[in-house]
Amino acid sequence: MDTNKMHPIIKWVEYRLPIFSFIDHSLGSQYPTPKNLNYWWNFGSLLGLVLVIMIISGITLSMHYTAHVDLAFNSVERIMRDVNYGWLIRYIHMNGASMFFIAVYVHIFRGLYFGSFKAPREILWMIGIFILLAMMASAFMGYVLVWGQMSFWGATVITNLFSAIPLFGDSIVTLLWGGFSVDNPTLNRFFSLHYLFPFVIVGLVVLHIWALHVHGSNNPTGIDVKSDQDTASFHPYFTTKDLFGMGLFMTFFMFFVFYAPNFFGEPDNYIPADAMVTPPHIVPEWYFLPYYAILRAFTGDFLVYQVISLGGFLMDAKLAGVLAMFASILLLLFLPWLDGSKVRSCRFRPIMAMAFWVFFLDCLVLGYIGGKPADGIFIPIGQFATFYYFAHLLLIVPLVSRLERPKSLPESINASVLKAAE
Amino acid sequence: MNIIKTFIPTLALFSAVFASHTTLASGETPRAPKQEWSFNGLFGTYDRASAQRGFQVYKEVCSGCHGMNLLSYRHLTGIGFSKAEIKAIAATVEVQDGPDGEGDMFDRLGMPADRFLSPFPNVQAAAAANGGKAPPDLSLMTKARIGGSDYVYGLLTGYSDAPAGIEIPEGGNYNKYYPGHVISMAAPLDDEAVEYTDGTKPTLSQHAKDVTTFLAWAAEPEMEDRKRMGIKVLLFLLILTGMLYAVKRKVWEDLH
Repeated sequence: MDTNKMHPIIKWVEYRLPIFSFIDHSLGSQYPTPKNLNYWWNFGSLLGLVLVIMIISGITLSMHYTAHVDLAFNSVERIMRDVNYGWLIRYIHMNGASMFFIAVYVHIFRGLYFGSFKAPREILWMIGIFILLAMMASAFMGYVLVWGQMSFWGATVITNLFSAIPLFGDSIVTLLWGGFSVDNPTLNRFFSLHYLFPFVIVGLVVLHIWALHVHGSNNPTGIDVKSDQDTASFHPYFTTKDLFGMGLFMTFFMFFVFYAPNFFGEPDNYIPADAMVTPPHIVPEWYFLPYYAILRAFTGDFLVYQVISLGGFLMDAKLAGVLAMFASILLLLFLPWLDGSKVRSCRFRPIMAMAFWVFFLDCLVLGYIGGKPADGIFIPIGQFATFYYFAHLLLIVPLVSRLERPKSLPESINASVLKAAE
Repeated sequence: MNIIKTFIPTLALFSAVFASHTTLASGETPRAPKQEWSFNGLFGTYDRASAQRGFQVYKEVCSGCHGMNLLSYRHLTGIGFSKAEIKAIAATVEVQDGPDGEGDMFDRLGMPADRFLSPFPNVQAAAAANGGKAPPDLSLMTKARIGGSDYVYGLLTGYSDAPAGIEIPEGGNYNKYYPGHVISMAAPLDDEAVEYTDGTKPTLSQHAKDVTTFLAWAAEPEMEDRKRMGIKVLLFLLILTGMLYAVKRKVWEDLH
């Protein structure tokens, strides 16, 4: 930034706290960005937008919400009926959770396809996985706050999972509950933690962006930036592109808020929580369905379970399911090393690109199975999809990445852009 | 573009595989058929006359067993009742208030700010009077069931004698659309269950339609405001997005 052209007040501040040059280096004209980024790269800024919307709407909701088992459900309905524009704030927050996960899943699959997790962006990727975990914890606890039937029974099922942990399991569950069942202490601590976690996410996002700015964005070709010709300054090129993306995304988001606000929800959660009545199908929110399918795939006769538990000797099926569910995300932390290819982008790795799409399809199948009752044909499909999920990460990726001969890479980002324009 | 090209066949394959399974999986209880509701669609509003008749049905029939504890009489302005009418409606019930200055509870006539009077003093009393299970509160009924308003309408009109081969236990009734078909609520409505004052023909389907409209309003009283605001917000966003696209195009022009 040319200090001579600055307004005297800005210059005065800049001399003492160089915040203007900081912004310019982070989001401004001094941040070179690969000029060939496609629209899949918009989802990072969209996630930042949703995070801000969630925090603002959430803080507003908490001004009217009462975290007590006798009052929680009705306090939410009071927001919907009697608080000025309460229905709007609540529907924004409720659908915002789904938007958050739509955007984060696109963001993650984009990283997988174009190899954004590979060197030198491993830590950037790993921080991203931790953000996903923090988002999941936040979303789960937020859903419980409504204190509807699905809130209560979802909380019961999920917290009970921890009882599968050997030795300490029951103590951990008691600690989570603050008692001997999901009850008022549980609701209170979930409210407290639900307020805390978004700020943990903000902290992780700061680290995520910090790590991003060290080497800059990856790009669709996956090759490194070699000269100024390969890049465009973040402002005005990517600020305008991101703003356009935000306009599209907000249109999509607001359509649901105003015209299908309960599309992503379960009708059962409009029935107040009742510890005496179990809903016929307990299903988590859609964004948890794939993990739920993995959890439920582990029955005594599931071959994968038989193998990893040495025929049932090491652990019971419940523990295996819980471990598999956590492993399905934690394994992603090792992806930069499971994938041994020097080439990042699947554009130049046709076999890996195919494997990517099959994996993507597999995740959709898992999501579908997670929403279905565990009987009949759904059980073997879910088990096969679970097997494939891990086979992809532990067999297909390590092997294909090491055996496949990638196509020849373009000389530079600029060359690939010029070639595409022809 | 490569991604899109691969993505579309993938998606097509996915939907083809699973279309076959959904038909397999849909249980034996049929889905209630879709109805033409005044509140459907982007510009839908609640048919005021129908909702008011529906309130009459609720008051004269449903409220014998079902409470609506999220509603106050004052909310009825939402379906077109005037303040004076609401005062009169509220004054037809007696509610307990207190304690007064002496510490005693006392009865008084209902006021617009009061919640709808519940038919039973508590859940236990409601359960005891209804074969062990309290009739559900109706405030959110159309939101709390799969199928929403169509389901509620289907349930109210779905009573018949049990088809051959289906055993109905003591105290149960056959209903085509109730999950499992055996419902403890007896058919609540019939032709001429309620006498309408506006000349509308009092048929079973009319009663069911009216009370469902009322319940849909009760569950989503904000819907009309929501849809009205939604149009403005979406129009604004579409224009803004169009303008942002133009800005982006202009800025990027010199780069390619």
